[in-house]
Amino acid sequence: MSDIAASDRIAELEANPERIGFLSWVASVDHKQIGIMYMLSALFFFGLGGLEALIIRAQLAMPGNHIVTPDTFNQLFSMHGTTMIFLVVMPVLAGLTAYVIPLMVGARDVAFPRLNAFSFWVQLFGGVLLYFSFVAGGAPNAGWFSYAPLSEPAYSFNNGVTYWILGLAGVGVGSLAGAINMAVTILKLRVPGMTIRRLPLFCWMTLVNSFLMIFALPVINAALVLLLADRLLNAHIFTPAFGGSAILWQHYFWGFGHPEVYIMILPAFAIISEVIPVFAGKPIYGYEFVAGSTVAIAFMSFAVWAHHMFAVGLGHLFDLFFGISTMAIAVPTGIKIFNWTATLYQGRLRFTTAMKFAVAFIVMFTIGGLSGVSFAVVPLDWQLTDTYYLVAHLHYVLFGGAIFAIFAGIYYWFPKMSGRMLDERVGNWHFWITFIGFNLTFLVQHLLGMMGMPRRVFTYPDWPWWMTLNMISTIGAFVLLISVIVFLWNIVSSLNHGEIAGDNPWDAWTLEWATSSPPPVENFDLVPPVHGRRPLWDLKHPERADELVAAAAGK
Amino acid sequence: MTGVVTLNPFSPQAAAISHLFIAILIILGGIFLLVTALVIVAIIRYRDRPDAPEARQVFGSHRLEIAWTVAPILLLALIAVFMIRAIEASDPPVGDEHPDIRVTGHQWWWEAQYPSSGALVANEIHIPVGKSLLVEVDSADVIHDFWVPELARKIDAIPGHVNHVWIRADRPGVYQGVCAEFCGAEHTWMRLIVVAEPQADFDAWQSAQLTNPPTPKEGMEARGLQLVKDQTCLNCHAISGLPGHKNIGPDLTHIAGRQILAGGAASNTPENLFRWLKDPASIKPESHMPNFQLSDDSVHALVAYMETLK
Ligand code: HEC
Ligand SMILES: [Cu+2]
Ligand SMILES: [Cu+2]
Repeated sequence: MSDIAASDRIAELEANPERIGFLSWVASVDHKQIGIMYMLSALFFFGLGGLEALIIRAQLAMPGNHIVTPDTFNQLFSMHGTTMIFLVVMPVLAGLTAYVIPLMVGARDVAFPRLNAFSFWVQLFGGVLLYFSFVAGGAPNAGWFSYAPLSEPAYSFNNGVTYWILGLAGVGVGSLAGAINMAVTILKLRVPGMTIRRLPLFCWMTLVNSFLMIFALPVINAALVLLLADRLLNAHIFTPAFGGSAILWQHYFWGFGHPEVYIMILPAFAIISEVIPVFAGKPIYGYEFVAGSTVAIAFMSFAVWAHHMFAVGLGHLFDLFFGISTMAIAVPTGIKIFNWTATLYQGRLRFTTAMKFAVAFIVMFTIGGLSGVSFAVVPLDWQLTDTYYLVAHLHYVLFGGAIFAIFAGIYYWFPKMSGRMLDERVGNWHFWITFIGFNLTFLVQHLLGMMGMPRRVFTYPDWPWWMTLNMISTIGAFVLLISVIVFLWNIVSSLNHGEIAGDNPWDAWTLEWATSSPPPVENFDLVPPVHGRRPLWDLKHPERADELVAAAAGK
Repeated sequence: MTGVVTLNPFSPQAAAISHLFIAILIILGGIFLLVTALVIVAIIRYRDRPDAPEARQVFGSHRLEIAWTVAPILLLALIAVFMIRAIEASDPPVGDEHPDIRVTGHQWWWEAQYPSSGALVANEIHIPVGKSLLVEVDSADVIHDFWVPELARKIDAIPGHVNHVWIRADRPGVYQGVCAEFCGAEHTWMRLIVVAEPQADFDAWQSAQLTNPPTPKEGMEARGLQLVKDQTCLNCHAISGLPGHKNIGPDLTHIAGRQILAGGAASNTPENLFRWLKDPASIKPESHMPNFQLSDDSVHALVAYMETLK
């Protein structure tokens, strides 16, 4: 479709308010509307989780601050972690995939549209239930991993942990249903011609990730039921004083929790694997290695969970096994880093905001990955675990990694979703403020951890350098606040005045760019033929179509 | 002691970890510089310019990709060898030794018992310099973690799961320790100190811990003692020579000889002790020590008595 047709589409939507009215959203089973609602709910919780983080950082700016009480502080960091993981990163990725996947495979919708709506609403209900705890006597205060027996009623006096269990169960069920939906969509609804080997990497990784979720989420859901039995029925499954086992909870939790890390990062890899090639103007370097290493990560992620438990004292042999398996999982991750970097070489790099976030992702995620390796080295973990070094590590993975990739994805697909471009100049500001704020906040935390500052403390002794480093971190957090405001401003103003996008503003290659922006309800009037991994490239360069090039190279 | 404690070891086991740490930091730093340099070079050389050539449509190179699969494997194998070699030195095996100290985590303070002598102390552990001591670690309630970074690895204190760790200090000094596993409201103030001193000083300290302080007969001190008996203090605290035994509060027999109060929330001065007994929340808002709503006079008497518990 041409640009004129796209602006017609926007005009048509504006003329037909029933298609954009409130009920059309709430009752929708359209994957695009559900995807957008997912992302909006994630944005809402991002605000809450960010606010919690700011209060935490304000409290820690100086030793001896009394901005919040110890218990409130504990509620804040428990909610911050839970929110960012389960109500921000997972839903925004679920929304992005729900929106993009059917378009990318040339389908009309996901395989089970009603189940898709159910996934969204049950996860939103879970999130609301979790936040309802604030007015129902107190939020969960046992940390995002709710270690027993601290999470048992004997030590956690409010109902917060019960809300945590129920809220997470909602998110867990929703995500599980969503994963099944995505897997079936990718496996069954691809247009003819799109074989598994021609699947865009975004779909490949989403497919692998869906299976990861299908196997990992039941573990946490089961553990949540057991903990609920402990809390409500005095089952004493995790209370050693009555014959239960506190360590068992940790095995359950991390049995899910480590795959969960990859559940958050594989979709980020997926985004990066689309954005970098498009803005480098060349195909991904080593499609097979990137896809294959994803499968390897998925399998291996189930054999590394106990690297979260080296301080538990389970024996050297046990620790060594998990230390080595954790190092092994760094290999397929490293392959990806090198393949993305190699994709940049000999390219013609267009530094749009999406590309800036994607390239920064490579470096930031490398820092997080390397500090992750230092936790695989068992004796180092014995010193560094549960300190601010760990806080720094996980934020380089989940913020410098996942969130940077998500921003790249939003700048990349926003034109498709809204029909308008995000402003590139504001985007440039957004990128740089985020980049600087993020590194200010978290780089110094490595050092704080090495200096012995444990995580989850509401204050600290006034020792040399402790206040300076904490203050830098707090300033960084407020710089991040500014970056979020710039981002929101960009979204709101671009929605109203942004340049009209047209079908394919980036000159990208996957099928979603073959339809109008935003796409019609039925997605495509006509799906272009698929003979390779880059159908729109092939259309544009029929004489140099990927399959011809491959045939000429004798593969 | 403070500073970058994880790189500032005072025992062979902490040194084994810190040497390993430095080696790994160098390796990881090298990889980081390599990746960053590659990215920066790409940004500079291949950024879009009006005269830039079209991107070359390369699809990959199995040779190169195998190279950057194998190279990290070799590097990680090297790291794994370092790790395996360092693991015993960082955390020497227990064998069938008996513990020299039994440490128990409580919400939110540390109890330490010396089984061979019977001495019982809180939040302040004394050790003789240059001797390896086996510490047995467990918990009376939730999971805590015993961590004195300059002297040893950290180790969880888990109810129903006894752990062991060797500590040692090769130089006299006061070493900071802290609970490293989140354990509830006052996790922050669950610190401890380890005082390493020459054997003779240690022996003197230990025998002092074993003698009961004199019972005051008159004056403020005697009034304080009476208050301790009349209030419910001894339900939670032990003071040897008085009825009651150790429970959820720290042993107070030698409270006046300790340097820190309430898990490091304050230093142990008569003024802070006054504040603590007047209103524990003013020092450690959510501790399990109740506020007895005592008059200033009574608190002065209590402090006077406590100051005799040397
Ligand atoms: C309900 C049990 C309980 C009662 C009763 C109680 N305490 Fe405590 N007390 C504690 C606990 C628990 C702590 C440790 C607080 C912490 O550090 O978190 C403590 C700490 C202390 C400390 C500081 C010890 C140290 O080394 O840091 C002193 C002194 C003390 N209590 C004195 C008293 C006196 C005097 C009374 C009676 C007037 C009393 N306590 C009654 C539970 C109790
Ligand atoms: Cu993990
Ligand atoms: Cu603790």
